[in-house]
Amino acid sequence: MTTLTDPPKESFQLGMLIYDTRYRSMTIQIVALIGFMLLIGWLISNTAQNLATLGKEPNFGFLGEPAGYDINQRLIDYNSQSTHLRAAFVGLLNTLLVAVMGCATATVLGVIIGVLRLSKNWLISKIMTVYVEFFRNVPVLLWIVFTMAILIETLPAPRAFRGDNPEATMKLFDTVAFTNRGIYIPEPLFSRGLGDISVFGAFGISIDLLVILAALFGGIYAARKVTARANRIQEATGERPTTWHINLGLIAVPTLIVLVALGFHLGYPELKGFNFKGGTHMRNSLIALWLALSLYTAAFIAEIVRAGIMAISHGQTEAAAALGLRSNRIMSLVVLPQALRVIIPPLISNYLNLTKNSSLAIAVGYMDITGTLGGITLNQTGRELETLLLLMLCYLIISLSISAVMNWYNESVKLKER
Amino acid sequence: MSDIGFVRKDMLPEQAPPASEVGIIGWVRENLFSGIGNSVMTILSLAAIFYTLAALLPWVFSPTWNAGSLNECREILHAQGKEGHFAGACWGVIRERWIQLMFGFYPSDLYWRPIVTFGLMFVAVIPILFNMISRRMNWFLLAVVILLATFAFGGIIAWVLRILSAAGAAYLAYTLFATDKADRAEQIAQGAKRLPNPLIFSALFPFIFPWLLWGGSLWVPIGAILGFVIGYYVYAALAKTVGGLAGLIAGPLAAIIWWLFLVGTFAGVMESIIPLSIEAVESRKFGGFMLSITIGVVAIVGSLPLGIVLALGRQSDLLIVKALCVGFIEFIRGVPLITLLFVASTLLNVFMPPGTNFDIILRVLIMVTLFAAAYMAEVVRGGLAALPTGQYEGADSLGLNYWQAQRLVIMPQALKISIPGIVSTFIGVFKDTTLVSIIGLLDPLGLTNAIRADANWNGVVWELYGFIAVLFFVFCFSMSRYSMYLERKLQTGHK
Amino acid sequence: MKKSVIFGALTVAGLAAGAAAAGTLDDVKARGKLNCGVTTGLVGFAAPDANGNWDGFDVGVCRAVAAAVLGDPAAVEFVPTTGKTRFTALASGEIDMLARNTTWTFSRDVDLKFTFVGVNYYDGQGFMVPSELGVSSAKDLDGATVCIQTGTTTELNLADFFRANGISYEPVPIETNAEAQQQYLAGACDVYTTDASGLAATRATFEDPGAHVLLPEIISKEPLGPLVRHGDNNWGDVVRWTLNALITAEELGVTSANIGELAAGTDNPEVNRLLGTEGNLGEMLGLSADWAKSAIMAGGNYGELFEKNIGENTPIALARGLNAQWTDGGLIYSPPFR
Repeated sequence: MTTLTDPPKESFQLGMLIYDTRYRSMTIQIVALIGFMLLIGWLISNTAQNLATLGKEPNFGFLGEPAGYDINQRLIDYNSQSTHLRAAFVGLLNTLLVAVMGCATATVLGVIIGVLRLSKNWLISKIMTVYVEFFRNVPVLLWIVFTMAILIETLPAPRAFRGDNPEATMKLFDTVAFTNRGIYIPEPLFSRGLGDISVFGAFGISIDLLVILAALFGGIYAARKVTARANRIQEATGERPTTWHINLGLIAVPTLIVLVALGFHLGYPELKGFNFKGGTHMRNSLIALWLALSLYTAAFIAEIVRAGIMAISHGQTEAAAALGLRSNRIMSLVVLPQALRVIIPPLISNYLNLTKNSSLAIAVGYMDITGTLGGITLNQTGRELETLLLLMLCYLIISLSISAVMNWYNESVKLKER
Repeated sequence: MSDIGFVRKDMLPEQAPPASEVGIIGWVRENLFSGIGNSVMTILSLAAIFYTLAALLPWVFSPTWNAGSLNECREILHAQGKEGHFAGACWGVIRERWIQLMFGFYPSDLYWRPIVTFGLMFVAVIPILFNMISRRMNWFLLAVVILLATFAFGGIIAWVLRILSAAGAAYLAYTLFATDKADRAEQIAQGAKRLPNPLIFSALFPFIFPWLLWGGSLWVPIGAILGFVIGYYVYAALAKTVGGLAGLIAGPLAAIIWWLFLVGTFAGVMESIIPLSIEAVESRKFGGFMLSITIGVVAIVGSLPLGIVLALGRQSDLLIVKALCVGFIEFIRGVPLITLLFVASTLLNVFMPPGTNFDIILRVLIMVTLFAAAYMAEVVRGGLAALPTGQYEGADSLGLNYWQAQRLVIMPQALKISIPGIVSTFIGVFKDTTLVSIIGLLDPLGLTNAIRADANWNGVVWELYGFIAVLFFVFCFSMSRYSMYLERKLQTGHK
Repeated sequence: MKKSVIFGALTVAGLAAGAAAAGTLDDVKARGKLNCGVTTGLVGFAAPDANGNWDGFDVGVCRAVAAAVLGDPAAVEFVPTTGKTRFTALASGEIDMLARNTTWTFSRDVDLKFTFVGVNYYDGQGFMVPSELGVSSAKDLDGATVCIQTGTTTELNLADFFRANGISYEPVPIETNAEAQQQYLAGACDVYTTDASGLAATRATFEDPGAHVLLPEIISKEPLGPLVRHGDNNWGDVVRWTLNALITAEELGVTSANIGELAAGTDNPEVNRLLGTEGNLGEMLGLSADWAKSAIMAGGNYGELFEKNIGENTPIALARGLNAQWTDGGLIYSPPFR
């Protein structure tokens, strides 16, 4: 006769927290968490104590006070009586502006240079190598300062345009003025404009722009429908109907109609008083920062593109050629889609670097968020803790959104294994 | 039907290829003018090169080396009939200030210390970076550097060191000449003693480095090394008696307590018994390229252990540890370095207990080290990911525990794969050190402002920037070439 | 690995800081060095030479204080600060005093909690334009592009001035004087505005100074002076009276040339009190009896410092103007040594 006995009950002992692998990881984690909490608590208590001695208890009230300083480049309304918060926002928009412009230009330049580095022309490929090595191995801050100095020293001052026999003249049929204060280009104007709509009462968005964008995107949507239909016909019959003229019409005509309806015309810059008036003014600080960041980052992107193209085995190209594809189709249908998978992850980190490097705007006086919130506002209010926290938060959000968007894109082009 | 046939019995003699296909002409046709598009591009590039050089060279070759001020430069150029803004460079400013651009305000009679430090650094990294140099060669180089260094100062110690290092160098040189590699291998096989591993010096160098640069008592770095020894012995003692984990906790704890509270006293007491100190130099005297290199080296050396810990934490299964590590890495990588430097310059003292005050360069070093650690963690993570799973499984099957596996199997391989990444992180950090000029430190770029504030040189721009750019280029370019060489070398090992 | 050494140094620094919370004066004496915040470089006011020796008008004040406290004008560590870092450096105790052409304003005094010990230079914000523009008043500057140095009170003054006069302008913010000068000379801005002394100093180094004029408007009051932290009145007194000693010395005709002779004793009781041959002013401050003598010998009296660094015989060529002694119609005025 046998009696069933329960397995011996394990009694829990303290030592098991350390020696039993079931509990050990938990113990380590809790110890780490407690250690981390203690560290944070220690830092916060130090900070509170120090700030109390200095009489600067953390307080974000200063953001609502008038900033008192002017900002030259502003994408939304701003004057010296606006609040520090608004100044920070103006700066944030400027950061985003230069980051977007920089990323776009750097990508284009980088791809061109990367492809040219593989060129069969010895001279061209050598020049591109020299370019890449020069830009990669000198600090970006130096390039920014350099570019600014070159723009200032080589372009003519507005006063050189004055007089009957001026030293400098406007370029491109008198529409664009290159000066050492920046470039003045014609601006779009609407004689029958629809005005602005106000968002949260904080800033306005031009209705004209919205209408044009709506027309444009409507056209693109219709064109894609037509292309999809052409694809269906091609799959069914093998014949592809010619669609490019329909597409062009669908995209261009509605936009043109809207433009004419709104009374679109260009406003040309003109020398009046001290400066050019009218037209859009792209300031030197923006151009210098944009150029320097693009040229610097392009050198890195060129390397990435080159590595990406070289990673595609030559057999792919040959196989595509054997299928009868023309060389530009080989590039667009076979080589690039595969190279993209290699290129995109490092490209993301270069976009991130460019955005972060745009904080060096301070060296050329471009008023990005580091220049407004982390610069003048910090100096005038003496609120280091609050301004720097906000500043870091902004950059963190920008960085995380860029990586999120690009990671999503990367997922979508990734090799789908079946 | 005829049976007359013709069969060639001997080959036709080979003809030389047409002159247009070989030699320089052939090469030019092939590489520069292979088509219309190519020819146009070649001609355009040649024109661009010509115009750039034509604008640049007359400016660069300007006889202003001895000028004492910008006005003197202008006069010299004026006498040559050159006028205007781009008449010629004013190199006098470089002649007068290049030492400052190199060493900042470091006391001029102590320049030998940074020079020796960087010489020793070179010797210390050789066994890590170039593993094809023999041990004898490495020790020989070390002896030579020390010998050269002794000529910078006098006194009995200098003579003792000089004689010792000279003897050592002579002996090593003799063995290097007398026996070649094969002979030496045979000697070792027969039981001849091998020289100690030069990595010992590399491990000691991080302690010598701050002592030589900042000066002060030799007992401080000795005390710091003692911390490791104490930690190890506490661990060993406890691991035997109480248990491994207790030792693992108590050992580092003992070392930390030693470093935090006892090193100062120890160094003070020992210093009063046997004074072993060299003149202390405050860190605010650091400047110019010396400052850039110091920040770069400290950041990389300091960030390596931190980065390894973070990378392991990021790979671990422990959720909270992983979250903390990921949070730290992503936070640091998500904000620009300049904001961290603002924190260093305005906030770091606020985070510390009231009354703590350490100077700006130390604060910058801390922040740049944290910054580099996040990047280093990603580099090491890449190295870990590149290791085949078999290595982990192999280590497990040998019965190694986690730390043993990391120490003996995983890390040595992962770190070796990561070296190119570490070098490029170093290049990045080194370039980023120019940012410290924005918070008022006098690195080369910061010094340009100080120099231009001198009434003699007010208005000088290109010469200074050009000089700095060239120096940065030379340094970074050679580093990146080295890293590429290393990458190729490592690749051949795997394929 | 390096960390340990840094932590070691940290501990030592922490211990030192804990031991010496007594007062800045004792700190400085114990350290044997004065930590003085200056600019990263401004012609005539503070700039390092090729050997790393700092020189200039603000530097002279630092040296005088060092000489008064430690008896050695060379016992100064100059800490270069930017517009952003200067106040934190002072508040955190990294520097003992700040002599960096800093404007005395209400909020800096009350809100940021600093004590301005006096004024060593009365300045005001002015405008410089190329004479070929034909501008004779700042009110004609409608639509002009203006270069300003950021991180100072200048940009606030400028915004106020243009707003008050209802005219528009385009600000070009610039980090340092050297870059502002470069932009202005190249014509990237029409006007350069900063403190009038800075304008004069900048103009003096131009290839052709005559081609640029300073406009008559001075749009702000900029009393520049050394400052210390709130809450250490002893130390504040030391810096304040060292500055006053330099000013009084000029007023009484005590120069670095005749001080040796005068220190032997004179018939003027105020000179005697100043130089410590009579009374015990030095002792009251916690300094040696000849503190003022050392301070004056460091770089001369106020007038000598002015002449040597920024006066009319230097390239900067500033006139005394407001900064003449009150007896000569200026504002420089020291309370009596009594």
